[in-house]
Amino acid sequence: MEYFIGIVSILISGILTNNIVLNQSLGMCPFLGVSKKMQSAVGMGLAVTFVIAVASCVCWLLYTFVLEPLSIAYLSTIVFILVIASLVQLLDIVLKKLSPMLYSSLGVYLALITTNCAVLGTANSVVSQGLDFFQTLVTGIAIGLGFTVALILMAGIREKQSLYEIPKPFRGFPIALVTAGIMAMAFYGFNGLSFT
Amino acid sequence: MTKDEFKKVALGGLTNNPVFVLVLGMCPTIAKSDNIMNALSLGLCTAFVLIFSNLIISLLRKIIPDKVHLPAYIIIIASLVTLVQMVVSSFLPSLNDSIGAFISLITVNCIILGRAEAFAGKNKVLPSIIDGISMGLGFVVSITLLGAVRQGLTLLFGKGFFDATAGGFVILGLMMAAFNAVYSLVKAKTEKRKLLNGRA
Repeated sequence: MEYFIGIVSILISGILTNNIVLNQSLGMCPFLGVSKKMQSAVGMGLAVTFVIAVASCVCWLLYTFVLEPLSIAYLSTIVFILVIASLVQLLDIVLKKLSPMLYSSLGVYLALITTNCAVLGTANSVVSQGLDFFQTLVTGIAIGLGFTVALILMAGIREKQSLYEIPKPFRGFPIALVTAGIMAMAFYGFNGLSFT
Repeated sequence: MTKDEFKKVALGGLTNNPVFVLVLGMCPTIAKSDNIMNALSLGLCTAFVLIFSNLIISLLRKIIPDKVHLPAYIIIIASLVTLVQMVVSSFLPSLNDSIGAFISLITVNCIILGRAEAFAGKNKVLPSIIDGISMGLGFVVSITLLGAVRQGLTLLFGKGFFDATAGGFVILGLMMAAFNAVYSLVKAKTEKRKLLNGRA
């Protein structure tokens, strides 16, 4: 039972209270870059969720069964980034075949998932927290979903925003950052939520 | 390398400022600019990796096959980051506590891979080092400035907003808007002067 509550609290914390974008400010590049249209935001969010979930599991396995027994844990950054890069390459090939529409709308940002700090950050944090395999999987999915939620909310706001006259110096990134700041303030409201 | 080229590359950190103009490397910029010390030390670590990755990549640019150049760059950068991680964790343990998690994330800082791809992979060694220093300084100055503003505002108004992520977003957005406004003002002025000079 306690284990189950732990899983639920990982989910809640990943999606709401400890949102990777709005509370930890990781994964900003796609958050600012792909949040102009709703459709590509959804696609990007799901692609990143997939990569985060699989990458953190693979990294956890490699770290627990290879790096730590051989006491070469200091190589973790290099190994993790290789795992992530190959996963993104795989996703690239699969999406190109299955959904050319989504592939072209994600454009360069698909390759940039490799350098999305949310992915490497999650891999690092699951390893350093000492979670077990199932918890790692849930953490990966929860953080990916949190990223997706933030991206979709942002895309909704920015689609509306594009209809209005914005002062010239604020156009583009500055207004997006201020909007993100206000969203982050709203997300602080979830901070009271706790299951433990 | 002519003087004009040198000037263009050396001023790259200002005219193509990684934070305010290119909008790269946002994650550490916002996350670790909550006070000056964090901002400065993370900026210096990033600049170190940037300069040396530019150096190594431009040295190896003829050896690395074109098809695998991205993985090769990433490995070079990751090895440099591992080096920084080891040095910081053994000699500066207190720094390691405050920015340790973000040192590993320097690997995925888009500024470094971006400069490798856009500059170091195509240019000779010396210009690449200058580009690295200029861009690195541009990043250090911007993140430290942001850190200083946020720490100052935190001192004035107390903790809770300006040292948190939300404050980072808002302050960076406002500073970027100010930078844009000043930049377009300067640009309009130089164009006007050019026009007047042309007429005379």
